[in-house]
Amino acid sequence: MTGESRLSQTMQWLIALRMPVILLALVVAATVLTDGKFAQLDNVINVLRQVSFEGIIAFGMTLVIVTGGIDLSVGSLVALTGVVAAVAMRGTLDWSPAASISFGLLCGVMTGAIIGAGSGAIVARFSIPPFIVTLAAMLMARGAAFILCDGQPVYELHTDLLWLGRGFVWESALGKLIPVPVLVMLVIYAATAILLSRTVFGRGVIAVGSNEEAARLAGIAVRRTKLMVYLITGALAGLAGVLHDAKLMAGDPKVGEMWELNVIAAVVVGGTSLFGGRGSVTGTLIGALIIGTLNNSLNLLQVEHFWQKVVLGGVILAASLVDAGLRRLDWRR
Amino acid sequence: MPNDPPRIRFRDVTKTFPGVRALDEVSFDVQPGCVHALVGENGAGKSTLVKILAGAHAIGGGSIELDGRPVRIRDARHAQSLGVATVYQEFNLVPDLSVSENVYLGRWPRSRLLRTIRFPELHDRAGRLFDELELDVPVRALVSTLSVAQQQMVEIGKALSLDARILVLDEPSAVLTPHELAALFRLVRRLTNRGVSVLYISHRLDEIFALADHVTVLRDGRHISTRPISDVHRDALIIETVGRSLDQEFPTREDRRGGVVLRVEGLSARGAFDEVSFDMRAGEVFALTGLVGSGRSSVAKAVFGALPVTGGRVLVDGAKGPFPSPRAAQRAGVAFLPEDRKREGLLLERPLRENITLAHRSDVATLGFMSVTRERRAAGDLMVKHDVRAASTEVAAATLSGGNQQKAMLARWLQRPYRVVILDEPTRGVDVGAKVEMYEKLNAIAADGAAILMISSELPEVIGMADRIGVMCEGRLMGILDNTNRDVSQEAILRLAVGEAST
Repeated sequence: MTGESRLSQTMQWLIALRMPVILLALVVAATVLTDGKFAQLDNVINVLRQVSFEGIIAFGMTLVIVTGGIDLSVGSLVALTGVVAAVAMRGTLDWSPAASISFGLLCGVMTGAIIGAGSGAIVARFSIPPFIVTLAAMLMARGAAFILCDGQPVYELHTDLLWLGRGFVWESALGKLIPVPVLVMLVIYAATAILLSRTVFGRGVIAVGSNEEAARLAGIAVRRTKLMVYLITGALAGLAGVLHDAKLMAGDPKVGEMWELNVIAAVVVGGTSLFGGRGSVTGTLIGALIIGTLNNSLNLLQVEHFWQKVVLGGVILAASLVDAGLRRLDWRR
Repeated sequence: MPNDPPRIRFRDVTKTFPGVRALDEVSFDVQPGCVHALVGENGAGKSTLVKILAGAHAIGGGSIELDGRPVRIRDARHAQSLGVATVYQEFNLVPDLSVSENVYLGRWPRSRLLRTIRFPELHDRAGRLFDELELDVPVRALVSTLSVAQQQMVEIGKALSLDARILVLDEPSAVLTPHELAALFRLVRRLTNRGVSVLYISHRLDEIFALADHVTVLRDGRHISTRPISDVHRDALIIETVGRSLDQEFPTREDRRGGVVLRVEGLSARGAFDEVSFDMRAGEVFALTGLVGSGRSSVAKAVFGALPVTGGRVLVDGAKGPFPSPRAAQRAGVAFLPEDRKREGLLLERPLRENITLAHRSDVATLGFMSVTRERRAAGDLMVKHDVRAASTEVAAATLSGGNQQKAMLARWLQRPYRVVILDEPTRGVDVGAKVEMYEKLNAIAADGAAILMISSELPEVIGMADRIGVMCEGRLMGILDNTNRDVSQEAILRLAVGEAST
């Protein structure tokens, strides 16, 4: 009997640590296959930076998916909030750079939060599937982004803005170490991880996704919880939108295409269940890194762009299959 | 026919799950054409035994003989082909298909050319089957339009559509009205008259004495006794089931009723109930009863703010309702334990710890941040206090037995002194021993000064526990009977429940 329970203990550790193990295996494989090019500091920093924009949104998306919802509007929101922020900063060029950039940031994040809250309120109040509500929001936000700037990217922003998108917070003897967007991503990661697993609100999020009626009858404010997760995700899309402005030094209504799907992929590869009630923000971070590592190493290996997509699709499928298999093991205990 | 072999012979049947011996060398016989009742507490091994017979679990040790022939049941399909038909508590019907389609699910008669379903033949076949079994259910109707009792009939018809020799009924009465139960009994009798053996699992002793020919008691995975029902006395059966004597089925409570804490005035919810008024005093147990569909559960939910109302008032101490949400009701001092623990109560795949602290998360949090250490300690203490039996605070709620799940729900709510505690069918699916524990809990809550609103369809329980009894019929509160001396008759309640005015 003790043997059995020890076995299941090992099994549980394996289940719990599968994501880091897969990531590690992938990193090792990438390093070997690229003759060490992958593991060079510049490249690693590059991977992290590439992951950071969608990663920031993916943490919010994790909360949404844990409630059993989905948010398809985030890609369009990156474009819209980026344009809104760019317009705001253009209009305040005579302010001090810090004031102008802060104002742009505020406008972008607020726009995302308001639209997210709108979707969330409709999802919570009426029984319309989140897929439909946020699909509508996706179309409207994309359209609004183009309308707002007449289809032309908004250029000529404060040069100080570039630091947000391409700057570093720590330059040591080894070189430039932590890009600003990566730092932002790590801060958001820590905040959402604590929010989901260590707060009264987070418990409500899990409860709503696990059994909505039980959550309601336990005195949880189900509607407010739903509204909040979409609001948070919208605000994070706004944050990513402004950072993206800073990277391009422009507000472009065309950016963010397909981001919603990349973000959802990171969440799913990270082991969060699309049925709700089960998921982790740390899993999402690892999921995003797995996808980032794959993309980067395929690039380094000079795999054709089209084949990269095929491989990525296969990885998402494989991750889901492995997850389904492990879950069945988990249940059979 | 004394020389006939038994229909089923269980011989030293054993089954071990990791950490538990669910069945330990269980041996007994089930005779042909008999109703054989299986009783025992939750976790006694009844379900495991039935699942082995139905092919859902593999047998761990020992053997099973059917009509004298040893069999090794491989899976559910094999069990069916051996003539074992099982109707579980939870139905396995497709709501959006017709009755006939459900009965012959996956075995529909098909046309030769395009393999399309031949509906005339399908309905015809189902119709003949139902006529033969005298089941009064329209075979062309969609399952979703049927009453629960009719759905159960469909399940039985489906189970018997493959010439069954053995019918297993797992807690079939939990969802039935007295009238429907009588119909089920008649059906069971007709089946045994044709030689079918019925294995009947129930917690309700009244039913077992009314229906069964033999009764087998299991306790802690062991076989305790198998006897003809005529040799068994009710009290002796209870003692055998729980392994100790219960002083009383319904423990007494000192009458210390105080001031009014809940007042319901003219409460209405369109389509559910109309103009319901009553009040409850501190330390009082008020039972709300009535037939299935009479609106008793809806009233409870409306008081708790979980069902929108269309008129009337709810007053709890100073707070004015009706409450817009359960959250508001909770703040006003109302607790609610729902009837369907799995659907409305528990987060099944989440740890017990989270389930227990769910309604009082802020009690183990500082400024919104939870302390898992404090939470684990609080959950552990509550599990001890309410006798929730589980390996740890971290096991998934789904792994607990029904009685322990109900205790976990008690542990969730009874962390603060609530003014009004609503319990919807608190003993449904709970065995005799755990029932008495639940009644003792009720008395303790009342002694602490809360008013208890108990929804129940079991009349002995209502009469044994309540100070006053409200009886509902078709959405109306027909009358409130004073039961201070526990002397209201079942007939008096039933008369109100079927709509006859009180005298």
